[in-house]
Amino acid sequence: MKNLKKFLALSLAVVLTAGVTACGSSSDNGSQKSGKEVYRTLDEIKEDGTINIGVFSDKNPFGYVDENGDYQGYDVYFAERLAKDMGVKVNYVSTEAANRIEYLQTGKVDVILANFTVTEERAEEVDFADPYMNVSLGVVSKEDNEITTLDDWNKDDSVIVISGTTAETYLTKNYPDIPLQKFDSYATAKEAFENGTSVAWANDNTEVLAFALQNADKGYVVGIPELGSSDSIAPAVTKGNDTLRDWINEEIKTLGEEQFFHADYEATLADTYGLDYEDSLVVEGGKKSE
Amino acid sequence: MLDLGLDVLFKGSNMLRLLQGLWVAMQISLVSIAVSMPLGILCGGLMTMKNKLVRFIFRVYLEIIRIMPQLVLLFIVYFGSTRVFGWNLSGETASVIVFVLWGTAEMGDLVRGALISIPKHQYESSEALGLSKIQTYRYIIIPQTVRRLIPLAINLITRMIKTTSLVLMIGVVEMLKVAQQIIETNRMTSPNAAFGVFLVVFILYFLACWPISMLAKYLEKRWR
Repeated sequence: MKNLKKFLALSLAVVLTAGVTACGSSSDNGSQKSGKEVYRTLDEIKEDGTINIGVFSDKNPFGYVDENGDYQGYDVYFAERLAKDMGVKVNYVSTEAANRIEYLQTGKVDVILANFTVTEERAEEVDFADPYMNVSLGVVSKEDNEITTLDDWNKDDSVIVISGTTAETYLTKNYPDIPLQKFDSYATAKEAFENGTSVAWANDNTEVLAFALQNADKGYVVGIPELGSSDSIAPAVTKGNDTLRDWINEEIKTLGEEQFFHADYEATLADTYGLDYEDSLVVEGGKKSE
Repeated sequence: MLDLGLDVLFKGSNMLRLLQGLWVAMQISLVSIAVSMPLGILCGGLMTMKNKLVRFIFRVYLEIIRIMPQLVLLFIVYFGSTRVFGWNLSGETASVIVFVLWGTAEMGDLVRGALISIPKHQYESSEALGLSKIQTYRYIIIPQTVRRLIPLAINLITRMIKTTSLVLMIGVVEMLKVAQQIIETNRMTSPNAAFGVFLVVFILYFLACWPISMLAKYLEKRWR
């Protein structure tokens, strides 16, 4: 009996220590940079000759890898140009929705160009440059059970979201009663949705529009094309890395003169979303039209 | 016939990329296994020592590793080491460190369990026969321990191979990540590719783990 008590006390102590260590290393040090900065300035990147850019590798058509192993997509098209104008080579790092901030905060990448939606919470953790795209959320569902509103939700039904995305945050905050099914990657979320594990899938409206367009013959419709307010997608750099951010802003402004992002859209996104959405999705020169 | 979308694997260098992904996964797991098995055996030996302090330290180590999901350990080592110490570990190195820590802890506990499961009379009988301590271990204890250990160790090894699918979260492009990339790239032209590609992934994982299971079966038979 005495031994058992001792053992329990010991286990508790271990669990607590481990817990504290774990929390400590993931939440502390977030903003503090004791002496040495974690990021590389514009000059340091130029000197090194290679810029590390975090992109998605499984999010067609924004960032994906083609059959020859090369990165492609809307974000990648921009990344290529960014590196070319900076005069450096690109090293692409494959990121997931859930670890993008962590990559910037540890300086393991210089820029994130991974369909990164600007939010207040994220802006406290990283620095966003000017936007190059516009999105809001959308909800896709089956034609025979079309979801057109999230009010009066039937508690037995769940909604699929991808962890770490705006859709997850929005639903958790505004519709806490709706059960969510969370997946780590786009591929698994899509697989689950197609297998009918949930009645709806909430994601960026570009994503659901594209999904419904491709699967129109299977009876998928976008019942809610715009949910919440419209958000911007922008490049992000490590908090405090002003030289790099200013350079990117300047670059985006210059590129606006040649309508670069329209060309980017036509090269990478038009096949997926059609030309109807071009002007509402693209942001040129870092300035939203409205 | 059901369209499994297997044709996407023959586009460009997709199959080769998938195999390279398997190679990355195997490198990480095999290096970790090669390092953690001997370390685990040593650890297990130390865990059975009478010294309370040594036992306490190993107990704490084992519990920490055991209650933490591998994904959390990967994040702590990969991102945490940069935040706290400023080390810039590659994803592969971080994975090997985590897998070695994990493998050593669990292997140590398996060895400890196998050692203490040998009944006391085995030691006493050996002593009565006039065997020295070294002889006792060499001829009586270790052979019995090893036989009990094999199925458990194989279980751990195959688990380590399969758990490499988590390292994609720290930017290591291994087989599962390549599979997701292939599926996504072709999501418009071959929407069914997920079935075919995941089926191939399943077969490849099986081919990687099966020889190890066979080896274990063989050894168990031989050392009966």
